[in-house]
Amino acid sequence: MSLVYNEEQQQLDDSAREFLAARSPVSEQRRIRDQQLAEGFDASVWQQILEFGWGGIALPEAYGGLEFGFQGFAPVFEHMGRNLTAAPLLSSIVLCASLIDDVGTQAQRAELLPALIEGQQRFALATQGKDRFHPEHLDVEVSEQVDGFVLGGEDLWVPDAQHADALLVAGRMSSGETALFLVPADTQGLEIEPLHLLDSRNHARVSLHAVQLPASARIGTGDAQAQLERALDRGAACVAAELLGATAVMFAMTIEYLKTRTQFGAAIGSFQALQHRAAWMMVDLELARSAVMAGFEALNDDACSAQHRQQMVSLAKWKAGEAAHKISREAVQMHGGIGVTDEYDLGLYLKRSRVAQVLFGDSDFHCERYGRMAQQLFAETH
Amino acid sequence: MNNIEEFRHNIREWLEENCPISMRGLMPADEMVWGGRDIEFQSDDQRLWFERMRDKGWFCPSWPVEYGGGGLSPEETTVLETEMRKLRCRPPQINLGIWMLGPVLLEFGSEEQKRELLPPMARGEIRWCQGFSEPNAGSDLASLQTAARLDGDDLVVNGTKIWTSYGDKSDWMYALVRTGPKEPKHAGISLIVLDMKSSGVTPTPIDLISGKSSFCQVFFDDVRVPKTQLIGEINEGWALAKELLGHERRAMSKFSEISLPTHFSLLETLFAYLPEPQEHSDIALFQRAMALRMDEHAFELTQRRLNETARKRQDITAMASIQKLVHSEQEKNKFEVLLDVMGRRALGWDGSAFSDQQLALTNTWLNAFSQAIAGGTSEVQLNVISKRVLGLPQGK
Repeated sequence: MSLVYNEEQQQLDDSAREFLAARSPVSEQRRIRDQQLAEGFDASVWQQILEFGWGGIALPEAYGGLEFGFQGFAPVFEHMGRNLTAAPLLSSIVLCASLIDDVGTQAQRAELLPALIEGQQRFALATQGKDRFHPEHLDVEVSEQVDGFVLGGEDLWVPDAQHADALLVAGRMSSGETALFLVPADTQGLEIEPLHLLDSRNHARVSLHAVQLPASARIGTGDAQAQLERALDRGAACVAAELLGATAVMFAMTIEYLKTRTQFGAAIGSFQALQHRAAWMMVDLELARSAVMAGFEALNDDACSAQHRQQMVSLAKWKAGEAAHKISREAVQMHGGIGVTDEYDLGLYLKRSRVAQVLFGDSDFHCERYGRMAQQLFAETH
Repeated sequence: MNNIEEFRHNIREWLEENCPISMRGLMPADEMVWGGRDIEFQSDDQRLWFERMRDKGWFCPSWPVEYGGGGLSPEETTVLETEMRKLRCRPPQINLGIWMLGPVLLEFGSEEQKRELLPPMARGEIRWCQGFSEPNAGSDLASLQTAARLDGDDLVVNGTKIWTSYGDKSDWMYALVRTGPKEPKHAGISLIVLDMKSSGVTPTPIDLISGKSSFCQVFFDDVRVPKTQLIGEINEGWALAKELLGHERRAMSKFSEISLPTHFSLLETLFAYLPEPQEHSDIALFQRAMALRMDEHAFELTQRRLNETARKRQDITAMASIQKLVHSEQEKNKFEVLLDVMGRRALGWDGSAFSDQQLALTNTWLNAFSQAIAGGTSEVQLNVISKRVLGLPQGK
């Protein structure tokens, strides 16, 4: 276990850096935004990501995965953040495929995982609609019927739901248990409306109007709340890595600008008022990187307790969010006028970062959860 | 078993046999052993541990044997340090000479100086202090004015040094003095060593906002120092000073590692005083404290990442440059929030209305201010990061 990349991570880091910079640079995200592609990503880039095998990074070899372990996603998501690459890797693989792997029956895993890893199928995870993130609240109610289930829920926020083949929906059973259902996109009563967010990506408002499902639609058996929370932690860690990458770019752009922009006959980076703020930005970035790596380390460790995992993932998401918040603010301010123009890429990073800060829990959520876990772990050892 | 593993095995065996049980684990401040002429031991175990490590040359394991060191390779030194950490062995003594002056002497001292100064240092016989800062030379250290005028075979020193830790308890001092009053300020500085018992040296302790302190101001009144005690060339002391300051930063982080008594755990104090916050203001305070703890945790992870990165021989410049800044600023933040958490109980100065723990915490808060000033202020650290690490241009 390490906070520094191992050999496999280093290889993924190299290939992600090279491939994304060549095939999915920021200018591509600008094009996707300007052309208002409903899918919010470039299908050929997604296809190539799957051909690289990134879909199988953390999945078993038996179903076509690579079994590198979850840590492999750290460099991949960092570079997606650096290039603002939009792709359904998070929704379809990190959230849905891993959750199916954790919860599904043998037959369901054998049927669904290879299709997700290779991209014949693309799923999106529907969990909740509350304005703020609380993983224990589910907004889909399930009623059990003799021959199946009826699901009802309104106004869920589901990234990458548009044009997905199916949604993996988490619902509350009358028993109070959490259960997962696979709902094909063409199911009657399933409504998927485009949701235009700041980051111009594929987001949707999803409602389930008395959606009837056969018994076979349920993924796995028993209460899946613990597995669902673990999956959401995986999502939080990947978004933290994405934020780290995006923040690193905003920081680098700003340092470069400080060296080249001249006012009063000098590079503005020679002014101490800006130098000290720039140094503090570097501090936040370094601390964020350590926290993100530790979050992945905890998720990669099967022996890690749920409390410790939640504590470490919260630290990762909190620190990455804090760094993104402070550095994006400073980046815009130090760029001055050019920083608030649409033509300059900084705004694209600012907008995606703001969405990513909210996804899977904002700073206040993670600070509260970290404290709760710290207190529980403290009580156990004292 | 390869050589280094065999070495590790032997070291562990030796430590287990030779490090007394009472010399393992946390060390209260008043149980530190300071090497020097007036060395004092509080127990036989302290003396045993001191003597056993001394006889191995392991006060300075990496120095050559002929200067009293242990003659270990860098790799072997790391093994020794790691194994000592694992067994939680206390440092057998604390000695600024070994940490800071020693490495500079090894590199720049004359053969004669090395033979004369290093072996007693390596045996823990001389307690050293540092004479760098002056009342008018703090962050701008190179503007120092303590003068050393050449007179025959001696240098005659006049002036004053300040913030000299244990100036009143040390045997020798290494000091920066101005030997070239007409040279540009960086080019007129020399590094000398001198006996604190020399005639004309007067150390005076300084009281701080936290009370008694180890800091002294040292006055020099026509102090005669033999020319042979000049380290390196005359007027070329500034380069040596920079080396020394690098060692100082490393030593200070080592020091904070072992000076456990002033370590207050944020979580422990928070949970003791606010176990179940109910009022809105208490919940807000709890959350504010927790955010500081998270930042502290992220910094602890950064120290771990720094070590792991160094082991892989990758670049650590950025992480290394933020250590002192972040540590000292976080300490201030931590104590401020703990003062809030403890309310009235954090305001005591002395007396039985407060527990020792409470008084110590308040005192440590006051001390934390010094941490962000001594050894390069936070502002100097920020200057260094922005210029040397980020490459931002020099101001006019």
